[in-house]
Amino acid sequence: MTNNADPKHNNKVLEPLIYDISVEGRVGATLPDCDVPLADIPAELVRAELDLPEVSELQVVRHFVNLSQMNYSIDKGFYPLGSCTMKYNPKVNEDAARLPGFAHLHPLTDEEGSQGALALMHQLQLWLAEISGFTGVSLQPAAGAQGELAGILMIRKYHVERGDTKRTKILVPNSAHGTNPATCTMAGLTVIELPSDKDGNVDLDALRAACDDTVAGMMITVPSTLGLFEAHILDVIKAVHDCGGLMYMDGANMNSQLGIVKPGQLGFDVMHYNLHKTFSTPHGGGGPGCGAVAANDKLKAYLPGPIVVINHDADEEDDAPLYSLEMPEKSIGRLKVFHGNFGMHVRAYAYIRTYGGEGLREVSRHAVLNANYIRARLSDVYHIPYNRACGHEFVLEGHFEGVEDVHALDISKRLMDYGYHPPTNYFPLIVPEALLIEPTETEDKATLDGFIDTMRAIAQEAKESPELLKNAPHTTPVSRLDEVRAARQLVLCCRPIPDWVEQVKSGTPAGN
Amino acid sequence: MSYIPHTEVERQQMLSAIGVTSIEDLFDAVPAAYRFPALDIPKALSEMELMAELQAFAEANEHAGDYAIFRGAGAYHHYTPSVVNHMLLRGEFYTAYTPYQPELSQGTLQAIFEYQSMISTLTGMDAANASHYDGGTSLAEAVTVAVEVGRHKRHKIVLSPYIHPQYRAVTRTYHQGTEYRFVGDEGIASADDLIAMLDDNTAMLAVQYPNFLGQIEDIRKYAEAAHSVGALLVVVANPMALAMLKSPGELGADVVVGEGQPLGIPLSYGGPYVGYFACRSEYVRRIAGRIVGETVDQAGRRAYVMTLRPREQDIKREKATSNICTNQGLMALAATVYLSVMGKNGLKKAAELCYHKAHYAAQRIAEIPGYTVDMTRPFFHEFVVKCPRPVKEINEKLIVSGIIGGYDLGQDYLWLNDHMLVCVTETNRKDEIDTLVEVLKEVAAS
Repeated sequence: MTNNADPKHNNKVLEPLIYDISVEGRVGATLPDCDVPLADIPAELVRAELDLPEVSELQVVRHFVNLSQMNYSIDKGFYPLGSCTMKYNPKVNEDAARLPGFAHLHPLTDEEGSQGALALMHQLQLWLAEISGFTGVSLQPAAGAQGELAGILMIRKYHVERGDTKRTKILVPNSAHGTNPATCTMAGLTVIELPSDKDGNVDLDALRAACDDTVAGMMITVPSTLGLFEAHILDVIKAVHDCGGLMYMDGANMNSQLGIVKPGQLGFDVMHYNLHKTFSTPHGGGGPGCGAVAANDKLKAYLPGPIVVINHDADEEDDAPLYSLEMPEKSIGRLKVFHGNFGMHVRAYAYIRTYGGEGLREVSRHAVLNANYIRARLSDVYHIPYNRACGHEFVLEGHFEGVEDVHALDISKRLMDYGYHPPTNYFPLIVPEALLIEPTETEDKATLDGFIDTMRAIAQEAKESPELLKNAPHTTPVSRLDEVRAARQLVLCCRPIPDWVEQVKSGTPAGN
Repeated sequence: MSYIPHTEVERQQMLSAIGVTSIEDLFDAVPAAYRFPALDIPKALSEMELMAELQAFAEANEHAGDYAIFRGAGAYHHYTPSVVNHMLLRGEFYTAYTPYQPELSQGTLQAIFEYQSMISTLTGMDAANASHYDGGTSLAEAVTVAVEVGRHKRHKIVLSPYIHPQYRAVTRTYHQGTEYRFVGDEGIASADDLIAMLDDNTAMLAVQYPNFLGQIEDIRKYAEAAHSVGALLVVVANPMALAMLKSPGELGADVVVGEGQPLGIPLSYGGPYVGYFACRSEYVRRIAGRIVGETVDQAGRRAYVMTLRPREQDIKREKATSNICTNQGLMALAATVYLSVMGKNGLKKAAELCYHKAHYAAQRIAEIPGYTVDMTRPFFHEFVVKCPRPVKEINEKLIVSGIIGGYDLGQDYLWLNDHMLVCVTETNRKDEIDTLVEVLKEVAAS
């Protein structure tokens, strides 16, 4: 698994690995001298080798700056990546999360010493409940997928506690994110996949046929991953409730629902948010996120914990309320060490406070306006399978009649040459050659027009000079990668394996 | 305050291109009775007002910026060179998405590859993934791997009681829908007791290194015992300690997981942190989460890409072993920059400072009448102090003297009432330790 390439003799390296520029004896950071007497360190405990780089601070800075410049980012340009809500990440939120009173606060600080953090979390819980129409919120989950796991475990436990143990099935539409079925399996439940009808809605006949007393619940994304608001959502919810199942809403697409509709009022029982989508906490190149879960009165006692509550016993007149951490009564338990991704809670709080209630409604109104504008202006050159008013995103098909060899992937790669991040491709799975486009509300009309013109130009290129698409991208730091080689000749680490590894391995093998 | 750029003229132009007269028309599919509800959220603030409000929250906290801190128990206050934060604040890193499009993500991908390399070398494993949410969820995911390795025939998981209590809780939460049985951690269990629980139904034994009480246990003995029944040894390790101590790989571990927070990530009231996950090569295809591999592009240039993707939920759906899709990308980057600038010598020195200062503090506290320090086993930077008063009471005295005291072990271990877990890092100056000793002395005498 080690890399044998010698970068000194390889001019085909964009940026050397940090290990490649290491020189023995070079020091990057200096620490103070030891101001206490030295203790004995038993030799048998100590490692012989510590194979870390030896580089100067300037080398570190240049290395990571060079790496950063090989990335595409929201700060650089338009990022219409469907289902990911790549909106502007306000700079002030970064400053807020780095205030010393937050950044240096130990998670096991006594409640008296962490009232500021607890008050902020409590307020955020209340706002997330208000926006979703639910009555309880837990900020524990670290990501949407973990929020899903929380919600499905809550549904499972609800049935188990009532002795209704035959309910082991979760209904999932075939347009769902892959996390939905994977979550059900993790929770020990069985997935029943439901077809979609010709309009992109859940097939109601198939749903009703599947509803019986073995159904624990249903997971559904609203608006759907096609960007469509489910036309029969109230019928769907009723069908599942009538058979004794509970409704989970995947809140990945909440950016089109702020002040537009409250899932709790529609009849959902539990949902998760993605604070890193809807409330602008940065995606960070793949995390950290926050998948806060909200639930109604029926399920809130099962929320993962601890959550923040007001401790009324200590609440005297003229005093500020005393906040404390508490495990919900029938909680599924703890999903994360400590209290969730607090740094994300601060940023989401800042975001909500910046917009206010009316401002949040404007967020969703403009996210939907932007998506519909692009849809309307591309519908004459691309096939849009469900061409009606969409939510904050829509799906088009990335292929053209008479040009069989051009695929969604080629359009995606060609967009890079024009300076855009491609839309999500090949998702949702039920649309062939899918390109899922989500502009978000923070993009101005000129940016959208530039993207629309480019998409139209690429459609023209696909017919006139398809090789431009097939060979794209041409202007990125690297061209298309050999992904088969990456999987077949696994190189996951650039360090040599120490001699003793073989010695340990030649001992008793594990796992037989 | 708003980040929405539209002017009224633009809105009208866009609506007319769509063919509707108002934005409201776009929401006809939402059931009318529930459309456009009131939101009871206060009105918008300017940036200036917002920061004043947040500053007030922040200042209401007792934090390690204002106090000398001797609390660890899974989250550690270390010094982080400025360069780490400067790199994290580059928008090219923090406003990027998951590197699904490798041509536009070589920066993130190469940084993760370097992270995987550094974690592999620290732990003595062959490979590491791109990270999990935190140390606790890494342990939960290790259980899934061990059960897979045991071909779903082994359902017993032996957990040391001296793994972080919250890691054990998270692991149980994750697997409540399975038939796995978790044993070993429900009372006082010695190393021999844990070893006696291993049998041919055991998928794995998990221990912590140094353990939750700060002690360095004999990992090799655990490895031999686990392997003798065909189970995996999973070690939960503090990466800062690994700068100094023999790697778990060298001692026979099969999987090493843990919390990467000590590597340049602020306390931040518990998150975001980064869970690392490393293993021997034979288990790589079974692990969850993102993995970055090296390859070449069409021009033969070295490049990086997410690999072994068919394991993941977006492809395998209900047959995936985990639903994880994100990692803790930016936190893994923080650890990578930190390990780069600290380097071989800096990290080793930080670890040694922790060790010497903790031993000085332990020695001084042991000399105070009324206090007992357990020095029977080697320890790294945390140790257990038996106190003459309840820990809560002592900490109330310490905070008045500007000190955040140790962790009250009685909260998690019935048999450790009045026992305080004290943590000392390179950030604690000698005079802080001496003040701690003085106040402890006063408490005992009062």
